[in-house]
Amino acid sequence: MTTTSVDEIVPSKSSLTAGQLPRWTPLAVGGGALVVSALVMLLIGFNLPGWIVIAWLLFVPSMFVATRAVEGHQAGVDRLWTVLVYSAFALALLPLVSIVVEVLTQGLPGVVDPGFFTNTMQYATSLTDQQAVEAGTDIKGGILHAVVGSLLVTLAATVISVPIGLLTSIYLVEYGRDGWLSRAIVFFVDVMTGIPSIVAGLFGAALLLTLVGPQDNLMGFTAACALSVLMIPVVVRSTTEMLRVVPNELREASYALGVRKSLTILKVVIPTAISGIASGVTLAIARVIGETAPILVTAGVATRLNANLFSDWMMTLPVFIYRQLQNPTAPAAPGPSLERAWGAALVLIVIVMVLNLASRMIARAFAPKKTGR
Amino acid sequence: MSTQTRGSMVAQSTETQVETQPPAPRSRDNAAGRMGDKVFAGICLGAGILILVVLAGVAAFLLRDAVPAILASPEELGRETSFWGYVWPLVVGTLIASGIAIVVATPVAIGIALFISHYAPKRLSQPLGYMIDLLAAIPSVVYGLWGATFFGPLLVPMYAWLAENASFIPIFGPTYSAAGRTLLTASLVLAVMILPIVTSLSRELFLQTPKLHEEAALALGATRWEMIKAAVFPFARAGVISAIMLGLGRALGETMAVTLVLSQGPLTANLLNAGNSTIPAEIALNFPEAFGLRQSELIAAGLVLFVITLVVNMLARAIVSRYKEFSGAN
Amino acid sequence: MSKSIEAIDLNVYYGDFLAVEGVNVKIEPRTVVAFIGPSGCGKTTFLRTMNRMHEVLPGATVKGQLLLDQENIYGSAVDPVRVRSKVGMVFQRPNPFPTMTIRDNVLAGFRLNGIRMGRKQADEIVERSLKGANLWNEVKDRLDKPGSGLSGGQQQRLCIARTIAVQPEVILMDEPCSALDPISTLAVEDLIGELKEHFTIVIVTHNMQQASRVSDKTAFFNIAGTGKPGRLIEFDYTDKIFSNPTEKATEDYITGRFG
Repeated sequence: MTTTSVDEIVPSKSSLTAGQLPRWTPLAVGGGALVVSALVMLLIGFNLPGWIVIAWLLFVPSMFVATRAVEGHQAGVDRLWTVLVYSAFALALLPLVSIVVEVLTQGLPGVVDPGFFTNTMQYATSLTDQQAVEAGTDIKGGILHAVVGSLLVTLAATVISVPIGLLTSIYLVEYGRDGWLSRAIVFFVDVMTGIPSIVAGLFGAALLLTLVGPQDNLMGFTAACALSVLMIPVVVRSTTEMLRVVPNELREASYALGVRKSLTILKVVIPTAISGIASGVTLAIARVIGETAPILVTAGVATRLNANLFSDWMMTLPVFIYRQLQNPTAPAAPGPSLERAWGAALVLIVIVMVLNLASRMIARAFAPKKTGR
Repeated sequence: MSTQTRGSMVAQSTETQVETQPPAPRSRDNAAGRMGDKVFAGICLGAGILILVVLAGVAAFLLRDAVPAILASPEELGRETSFWGYVWPLVVGTLIASGIAIVVATPVAIGIALFISHYAPKRLSQPLGYMIDLLAAIPSVVYGLWGATFFGPLLVPMYAWLAENASFIPIFGPTYSAAGRTLLTASLVLAVMILPIVTSLSRELFLQTPKLHEEAALALGATRWEMIKAAVFPFARAGVISAIMLGLGRALGETMAVTLVLSQGPLTANLLNAGNSTIPAEIALNFPEAFGLRQSELIAAGLVLFVITLVVNMLARAIVSRYKEFSGAN
Repeated sequence: MSKSIEAIDLNVYYGDFLAVEGVNVKIEPRTVVAFIGPSGCGKTTFLRTMNRMHEVLPGATVKGQLLLDQENIYGSAVDPVRVRSKVGMVFQRPNPFPTMTIRDNVLAGFRLNGIRMGRKQADEIVERSLKGANLWNEVKDRLDKPGSGLSGGQQQRLCIARTIAVQPEVILMDEPCSALDPISTLAVEDLIGELKEHFTIVIVTHNMQQASRVSDKTAFFNIAGTGKPGRLIEFDYTDKIFSNPTEKATEDYITGRFG
């Protein structure tokens, strides 16, 4: 972009480059700061984080002072902020990279356990876990029930949310215009966006408690209802955006051909916006498939495969991770549980990433063709 | 509902498919077509109203189940205080955790967003943007797992150092948790969690800054930082505030990261040791085993949380609408 | 199949605002009528009342009568959708449906209404309409390519083909050449001359040369000032309007002494 050229320094001596610090200045100052910091560390006992923190604390003001002295105040301030912006980026990379690395290194051993994808936790007991630790036998137990549960609950939530969300968006964009009802809906959809996921879970539990009574209300469908509360506002928001950007000219072209409003919406507006809508829905799915709290209080936990959304407790991947960490199968030997938790975390992340990438690809692949000459 | 939609379309197509002779087939739908239009509009309206009903339902159910606990006497609850005495330490814990998270995350997030939008080389900025978006999608339970097993233990030496050298500040020490399962760890995990969210929203806004404004500033001899101050921040201010508020809302309602990382206990000023709790963590830990008045108490706590997040969101909206007129955005 | 259009004491409103006042005009079948006048004088607004597209905008209403061969299209039982299938419209900017191929764009009036037809009949309609719009030779080899891939002038003729495919009685054109280059404009103007044999055509234009080239009769609209309603000042044969107008305002406008 245009701004990068500001920094570029032409090697030849000219009036434009006179009085500037050479390009290697940051490297030199950085090296100096590291050396000074190392000396300080030698005095008080060396440790890596301390070394880097002190070096950084030296580096920032030195860069500012050096630039200011040579190039003037304006350039000094600019340099200071440049350093701070780069630092923020580097600082943020640490935890984010660490998460990815941890999930990969800790998760891979769990994933390659035999039967990790084909078994449930039904026959994995504290005994088998202890054996695995003491005798080095294979770690038993897998995530099949959790994967099935996650897919079913998310599917059910999608089936509930997408029609409601889509139709509501159509109402907001095509019918409601700016009436009080549509303003009320927009307002409350925003409110819904802010509902904490655990509160959505409580609502699901309370709703089904009223409908089917205590204990019976703990089932996959309850979790799906709770997730819908979280998913509907996401779908409404993204779909509304997408319908809004469909040019009015297309609607008018369709009306002018004597096409009814409902058919115009179904056959012109929605097909034009479909890539954006699908991509938004995929993102919403990716978001709710990772939700833990609402499922914990609605579908409970299970160790066996349960493919019936309408009865009995059901396991999902996030809750599986939570339970394996919080209540290890063998409290005396939590290692295998931890391994399974990391393995499940890896699987969950892969699912979420695939959904995110799919969303991008959908947006790109089905976007209306701009050229075709 | 989908069957109804289909029904109305079938009604139309049977009306209209027959005539296929030249010069041109013409739609003969009238009554049916008009009816179909009305039915479709009605269905859409119904969906919108359903959302209002659902939200009213959320409020009504939570209130209904919460009221017994709110009204109950300390004896009935089986503790020394009323419901409010039970919930306020949780509220304070929730606010502290999300407060620290937002204070830590905001400057860093804005820094990354600026890096991606204005500092990084062009060919790096798009992949970096994708990466941040992907990180925003990592489920919270994974952050919790990472915080409890990796990040918390990593922080213990720092806690030890702080407890030793900085315990004159009440929040640092004098005791510290040897497992790192403290409210400070939980707050930092929350900060890491909301980082990608705030970053990704802010980056979008920074990238949308009108090129004309930026170039006008640069043409006047502004440095990059001055250009950002003059053109980018004023344009993005309202949006960034709402992004921060959204991050705060996320942190307030975040359950898993705190539940997994924090070793809960009564409210204490010392952030380096076990203790404190947040509303979502309290609910997640106790709800599965709760029944009767205890369940009602937890639901009431959930209601309190809902009200807090609602207030935060309203505040965000108020700020945004105040700034909107000046920013030239949208 | 071509029909006459007659407006009787027509007032057009946006909410409470009276945009066009008291229009009385009779347009004969198989003629081209041009609407000219300064910006904001209500030409387009009035044009859009002629196929009830006006009321698509929120709060927009019409009072008075608009007769399509003696039938009031604003009668209480009249379905606006039926009116629009008899009175087609071509817009200022070409707007082919981006999700459809060229072929599907031509057939859009049928396809979108769920009308089914055989392949052979569809091919006939596509060929006839594209030939009618002088576009057939340019696109016959790529009917399955997206319509949005054509040039602006081709897109506009595709929109005309789409409009004539459903065989309306009247075609309304809202500044159809304003987004086109001179060569495409010429192509569309030639086309209007040919379409006149089958359709009644009403065209809004800012370009007075265009009005004099293509139209048989011309209507001049004017506005007294901002916030005032637009009015029909003069309606007569194009030759007369451009050589010897009755009204002073018309003469001022066409000789460029206006405003």
